[in-house]
Amino acid sequence: MASAAENAQRHHREEIRRRWMLSAPALLIILVAATGPLLVMLAYSFMAKGDYGDVKFGQFSLDGWFSVLFQRDMFDDTVTLADAHLSILWRSLRLSLITTLATLALGFPTAYFIATRPRHTREIWVFLVTIPFWTNLLIRTFAMQQVIRNEGILNNALRALGVIDEPLPIMYTDWAILFGMVYVYLPLMVLPLYASMEKLDFRLIEAGYDLYAGRLAVLRRIIIPLVKPGIVAGSILVFIPSLGAYVIPRVLGGGKNMMLGNLIELQFGSGRNWPLGAAISITLMALVMVALLVYVRNAAKSGAQHG
Amino acid sequence: MNWKISIASAAIAFLGLAGSAAAEGALNIYNWGDYTSPELIKKFEQKYNVKVTVTDYDSNDTALSKIRAGGHGFDIAVPSANYMPIWIKEGLLLEARPDQMDNFKNVDERWVNVPWDPGRHYSVPWQWGLSGIGINKKVYSGDINTSAIFLDPPKELIGKINVEPEMNDVLFATIRYLGGEWCTSDKELLKKVRDKLIEAKPKWLAMDYSVTEKLPSGDYAAVYYWNGAILRSRLKNPDIAFGYPKEGYPIFMDSVVILKDAKNVENAKLFLNFIMEPENAALISGFAKYANGIKGSDKFMPPEMKDAPELVVPPQFEKAGEFLAACSPEVSQLYARIWTDVNK
Amino acid sequence: MASRFDVRSQPGFGTVAMFTFVLLYLPIATLVAYAFNASESVTVWGGFSLRWFVEASQNAAVQDAAWRSFVIALSAATMATIAATMAAIATTRTAPYPGLSAKYAFINLPLMVPEIVTAVALLIVFSRVKVWTGYSGLGYLVVAHTAFCIPFAYLPIRARLEGMDASLERAAADLYATPWMAFRRVTLPLLRPGIIAGFMLAFVISLDDVVITEFVKSGGQDTLPTYMLGQIRRAVTPEVNAIATAFLALSILIVTAFFFINRKKS
Repeated sequence: MASAAENAQRHHREEIRRRWMLSAPALLIILVAATGPLLVMLAYSFMAKGDYGDVKFGQFSLDGWFSVLFQRDMFDDTVTLADAHLSILWRSLRLSLITTLATLALGFPTAYFIATRPRHTREIWVFLVTIPFWTNLLIRTFAMQQVIRNEGILNNALRALGVIDEPLPIMYTDWAILFGMVYVYLPLMVLPLYASMEKLDFRLIEAGYDLYAGRLAVLRRIIIPLVKPGIVAGSILVFIPSLGAYVIPRVLGGGKNMMLGNLIELQFGSGRNWPLGAAISITLMALVMVALLVYVRNAAKSGAQHG
Repeated sequence: MNWKISIASAAIAFLGLAGSAAAEGALNIYNWGDYTSPELIKKFEQKYNVKVTVTDYDSNDTALSKIRAGGHGFDIAVPSANYMPIWIKEGLLLEARPDQMDNFKNVDERWVNVPWDPGRHYSVPWQWGLSGIGINKKVYSGDINTSAIFLDPPKELIGKINVEPEMNDVLFATIRYLGGEWCTSDKELLKKVRDKLIEAKPKWLAMDYSVTEKLPSGDYAAVYYWNGAILRSRLKNPDIAFGYPKEGYPIFMDSVVILKDAKNVENAKLFLNFIMEPENAALISGFAKYANGIKGSDKFMPPEMKDAPELVVPPQFEKAGEFLAACSPEVSQLYARIWTDVNK
Repeated sequence: MASRFDVRSQPGFGTVAMFTFVLLYLPIATLVAYAFNASESVTVWGGFSLRWFVEASQNAAVQDAAWRSFVIALSAATMATIAATMAAIATTRTAPYPGLSAKYAFINLPLMVPEIVTAVALLIVFSRVKVWTGYSGLGYLVVAHTAFCIPFAYLPIRARLEGMDASLERAAADLYATPWMAFRRVTLPLLRPGIIAGFMLAFVISLDDVVITEFVKSGGQDTLPTYMLGQIRRAVTPEVNAIATAFLALSILIVTAFFFINRKKS
């Protein structure tokens, strides 16, 4: 009896070791080329800023962290909330959230459509989704301008159809940024969704119909719960990168309104305040990380419940 | 996916491109993107039997960060005047003494005793230019020699203006427009600068780089931008005119330097001497459409550049131009704050 | 009647999917069209011409950059997909064990770091390494790209694995298949759609990267995105459209080949 329990335990320990071995390459690469250097950045956020960028090495300072949320007024030295930073954060959150929802609204039916094609053509459709993205992001955003500018395809088509008389000014507005982000991040939603839909067991759906469920009920009660991992993966892949988007607000938004990515870039560029740039980034990461960990905990719990 | 093919090609990629270009007879140039005439490079390669690589950067700050970090493998870089004192102060440059080179006699006297490198111990002029007003005459016909075009825009232009997305150039014009001096830390005035920009910005269409595309096409009716780009716009659309802001406009000059950790110092020196030859300097300008600073190069220049109103500053506006100096760290920080406020 | 009722279809989904594909290809169509523009503009049509294809074919810098982008993307996406597949197997279908959620967060970390921060941090670290080792080849770029590609490959593969039935592999083990055999014959084929999705994502993400590449690259290592970035301050000519079009033609060729191979198999 005792030896059986011991055996099980040894087996369990071996299993865990095996799992660590399997994840080792990924962890190692990330340690070398992402996390390790990030620790350098963490250290930098606690140093005094250098006169011309960089930091004063080894000189401790909390100025960077202080300036994330507060500012000493330029003109009368009172300390207030850094409303510029907060309004940029708010804009970024809002635009990223809408982008995620819009890509989901377009991506879900698209992924479903692909997943229900005959088996040997599915991968072709997957290719078709990604091919537009083999061309460089900058070229794509220029091509995008062609569609949404005043004399562009969209406005000309709407005018020809008699929907509008005056061109819709989309270019250089938040709409343009939104349009651009949805376009650029769409495959990041479609592909994970497809990966989890492809294994949908349609017998379950048939069973649903047999129980007189309507199409909508089947969608809500059966399909969506089954592909939830895909929805979550896609949302993470769209939401987080769009928070840090840099090129799209700059080119399509006309560079007039910053998003977080642009604000951070400014600190490492002509703003010459590396500790502040590092501190803003780490704050952003910590927020995202906490949200993610909460999700993993919950997912693990509900996973355990289902057995 | 065919894994074997993928893995094999990855392995080939690794092996094939592992070597770097540090061999003999090499020169590694680090310059602004789309700024180096390929013809010039080819000519240099043939004359001295040297293999040249050109690698791009897109901002002074990126270039400075990379060179300062070390291990970059470049021999030559082309920093702007306002960054040059930083490069010298941080010990990044080799004192190559171009002033003792054969072709130095060709450098225009105006560009010899420059504040950022007195007597030219480190650097050779590459190109210089300025930020001014570009306007579509069909849309607006009033006075264009003023920063009011984008700071207090006439109503014909509202919503059709593009402003260069460069913090220093925009702040410079605004400070001078309100009667201040560049690098001022006068809070009273800076407050007005911020308020003026916040007031003016909603009247702009964009802060973008695509001027040579959108000024001639009519998407923009007015721009505050670099003169070379406005010259190129005029060549595409003759309705474009150029104005010098009389309140003050910033001048930039990019100069060629040799880096302290350069591996190919001799070739780099040859290159410095080479570009001071008028015929070669004309190749530089002919490609990027900015003036160079080498005497006698105009006779080798393309005809459309010789008397271009964008490049030849009329005497009455010469005084209004000023080199964009590097401000003190405190002032720079103040300016970055204003810029963040304006762009929030 | 019952046989006509398709349990797979959902009303309107096909229409939305078609709309999405039109949306995806509309900008691409204009991009291709302007590759044949006779004028210097990417927005104003000046007649049909092949001049930009000729110029692109003579511009060695652009070709080098495009080829380099491709090589880096292929190497990085391959390595990232392999590492991510292993990691996904290690982190799914298990009772929680110590360090599991930390591992999950760690793997997704590159996603959360704003690009410019990774870029500056890598610059600081890699430039030291370059000085110590004297090696300044493409390896740095490949490693950096692999790291930020891993989460993009990992998430779709993980999504595929989650809830995938482990009983098949157990059955294989019961039939005395070695773990490797069970993996190759059972797990891998089941995972295939996830792996393909992950690889594709990693590939395009690497192909598109500007900021990190800009800071990590050494002399003569411009990729197509960093080359383009340098150009936007001046003017973008249809030459880049021509290159993109050539790239597209190549990828469509690959897809077609793929299609025929697959059809033969089935």
